Amino acid sequence: QLKKVKKQKVLLMGKSGSGKSSMRSIIFSNYLARDTRRLGATIDIDLSHVKFLGNLTLNLWDCGGQEAFMENYLSQQRAHVFSNVGVLIYVFDIESRDVERDLATYVNIVSALVQYSRDARLFVLIHKMDLIQPMLREDVFDQRAALVRRKTAEAEAVMRKHLQQQQQQQQQQQQPPPQSQPSPSPTPEPSIHLQLFATSIWDQSLYKAWASIIHDLVPNLSVIETQLASLGAAIDADEILLFERTSFLVVSRWTSREGERNPYGDRFERMSNILKSWKHTCSKYTGTPRNAEQFSDFEYKMGATFSMFATKFTTNTYILVCMPPGEARFNSAKLNVAAARSWFKFLDGPVVQAQQP
Amino acid sequence: RAPDPTTVQTKSKPRLLLMGQRSESLFLESTARIQKDSLSSFMEFDVWDFPGQIDIFDNPNLTFDMDAIFGEIGALIWVIDAQDDYLESVARLNSTIFHLYRSYPHINIEVFIHKVDGLSDDYRLDIQRDITIHIQDELSDQGVENAPVNFHLTSIYNHSIFEAFSKVIQKLIPRLGQLEAMLTNLCRTCRFEKAYLFDVNTKIYIATDSTPEDMASYEICSDFVDVIIDFTEVYGSWPRSKRWKERLEGEPWCQPLEDQVACEWAESGMVLADAQRPIMLRQVDRSLALVAIMKEGSYDKMPQINMNVDVVVKGLTEFFEITKPNQTVVGAASGMVSPGLGQG
Ligand SMILES: Nc1nc2c(ncn2[C@@H]2O[C@H](COP(=O)(O)OP(=O)(O)OP(=O)(O)O)[C@@H](O)[C@H]2O)c(=O)[nH]1
Ligand SMILES: Nc1nc2c(ncn2[C@@H]2O[C@H](COP(=O)(O)OP(=O)(O)O)[C@@H](O)[C@H]2O)c(=O)[nH]1
Ligand SMILES: [Mg+2]
Repeated sequence: QLKKVKKQKVLLMGKSGSGKSSMRSIIFSNYLARDTRRLGATIDIDLSHVKFLGNLTLNLWDCGGQEAFMENYLSQQRAHVFSNVGVLIYVFDIESRDVERDLATYVNIVSALVQYSRDARLFVLIHKMDLIQPMLREDVFDQRAALVRRKTAEAEAVMRKHLQQQQQQQQQQQQPPPQSQPSPSPTPEPSIHLQLFATSIWDQSLYKAWASIIHDLVPNLSVIETQLASLGAAIDADEILLFERTSFLVVSRWTSREGERNPYGDRFERMSNILKSWKHTCSKYTGTPRNAEQFSDFEYKMGATFSMFATKFTTNTYILVCMPPGEARFNSAKLNVAAARSWFKFLDGPVVQAQQP
Repeated sequence: RAPDPTTVQTKSKPRLLLMGQRSESLFLESTARIQKDSLSSFMEFDVWDFPGQIDIFDNPNLTFDMDAIFGEIGALIWVIDAQDDYLESVARLNSTIFHLYRSYPHINIEVFIHKVDGLSDDYRLDIQRDITIHIQDELSDQGVENAPVNFHLTSIYNHSIFEAFSKVIQKLIPRLGQLEAMLTNLCRTCRFEKAYLFDVNTKIYIATDSTPEDMASYEICSDFVDVIIDFTEVYGSWPRSKRWKERLEGEPWCQPLEDQVACEWAESGMVLADAQRPIMLRQVDRSLALVAIMKEGSYDKMPQINMNVDVVVKGLTEFFEITKPNQTVVGAASGMVSPGLGQG
């Protein structure tokens, strides 16, 4: 059975100037990378509700990173900020000189998260990678990632132990002590769900990270995947990408066996990036707002090499189909995709469904 | 260092000469010596990039073969940094024009007033006026009247630099009027708002129809070419398996893939949401593409439009077969080149 509207609390944290508001503005408000230079420091918490597909709302907490604010989140506002968190996105500025201090703050944040939302997912973005020489990027990222993993595991272990002791104390007051549990020794691997990404607002790496972040939040994902697979097989496609219409993040995708041979492993985030900058071009040309819908239909036939089309699919999504060449094949695929819209109506959520007769 | 005279190209290659205060991001890598490049495009160009700091007419340490440099030149592009003190550059330009004018009066002199981003419109025009006066006054003092000097306001932060290059190159195209007439005609029969013939590699447009210049249309068409190039790279640049091909050519189609498609080359359309205004692209040959902005709601008429476009594409192909005597593609110039659309 399809699930109903889902709200997800998403915390965006990290030192001031690390690039949190920049990313948020690019992904969800269609800013250009260079527009972010105008952003001022975020004061306290900037709350926004992003309707992402019809049945998922992201409650985005963009938490200003200046020290006074951070301290406040960890003390007075601790329970308020860290309860019911679905996802914490923590941003490290790779250019920051004071790595020790950044990590210390990070450890405190992770502790608070484990304390109040033990099932939250944690995404760590090692950001502004464009400032690192391309040749060094991989190494720099690997090193930092290892460090963050270790710190995360430590923070988690300490907090879990602390929580356990608290629990034991409470129990001791009420009833005889239970069998002593083996105390967890700090493991090198954190048990919390942790994923790290190297990102920059100046290339498509941003889209890769954010597509992963939202991917697991999308309700009914397995239904979407199954439907895409049957559609792909039915129209003989090589690849199908499903984009959320505002952010142009890839929500789901399907690839044929032949399509898997495509050597461009970064093509999904590349497609997001290409279509998003195309939206900017259109918006400049038409004079319509950036967040408005900019194109409805796209077709491209590359001789006897391949064909593709992208079109508005459901209210909240665009679909991109890449397929073998051939006029007849192309026309029938377009018809079939149009017909398949109704299978995916659930993407638009219960609100839209209720409006339909 | 003088260019090696043995590499002087044949008459069929117009040459662009870049001089003046240049900025590395303008066109080619910043160089400390004369750099020669060929643009592999619809017709072949040599681009000779001159180091900004060398004054070829006043340098006892260097000897230049003037005929080799200027003999077959198409246009001299002189770049002036509008955000800098430009009077010295203008003085050097004047001395260059003065030296050139007698021996090589056919050379177009194209002045790029560069980095005008961040300057107000009024201020840009003031600068242009100021520079024009400086050049004309000084030249007429020296007895040179009506030298063919043209001005372009440019910046790398929008498409103006490409537009300027487009205009420079268009002047070097033989029978440009005929090309323009073809496009004007196409716009009339298909009710297009604007049509451009693009060199895909450089995003320079070689011709457009006779409706007034419009930077906004050029920008969106140029970006559309970019989108197509990107998609082509990701999905069109790797070989499909034999099995895949066999299956697609087998039952029930029973036809080679080449016969299953309508166009040998790239063919694309995009409908803009604002007023359902489509943009279409049709590749003419390896390096040329026709891109047009259509009237609102005309996407339904695509089959008819395609027939007209077919005719024009055929006409263009014939046009360029005549103008292009030798077809060897030389290494592409650095800087502005992105991968072409490849072969259909
Ligand atoms: N080079 C580079 N600069 C970036 C990147 N991302 C953001 N910036 C710049 O970093 C500066 C600070 O960005 P913000 O997004 O305001 O930082 P913030 O994390 O929201 O800061 P607070 O609100 O104070 O917590 C801006 O000038 C951005 O343009 C990046 O990937 N690379
Ligand atoms: N504002 C602005 N800066 C530009 C423009 N074109 C190039 N630049 C900048 O100029 C600098 C390179 O200039 P320069 O040293 O003069 O190049 P060179 O003359 O080839 O050595 C770079 O920092 C570019 O970013 C432009 O149109 N506008
Ligand atoms: Mg901020």
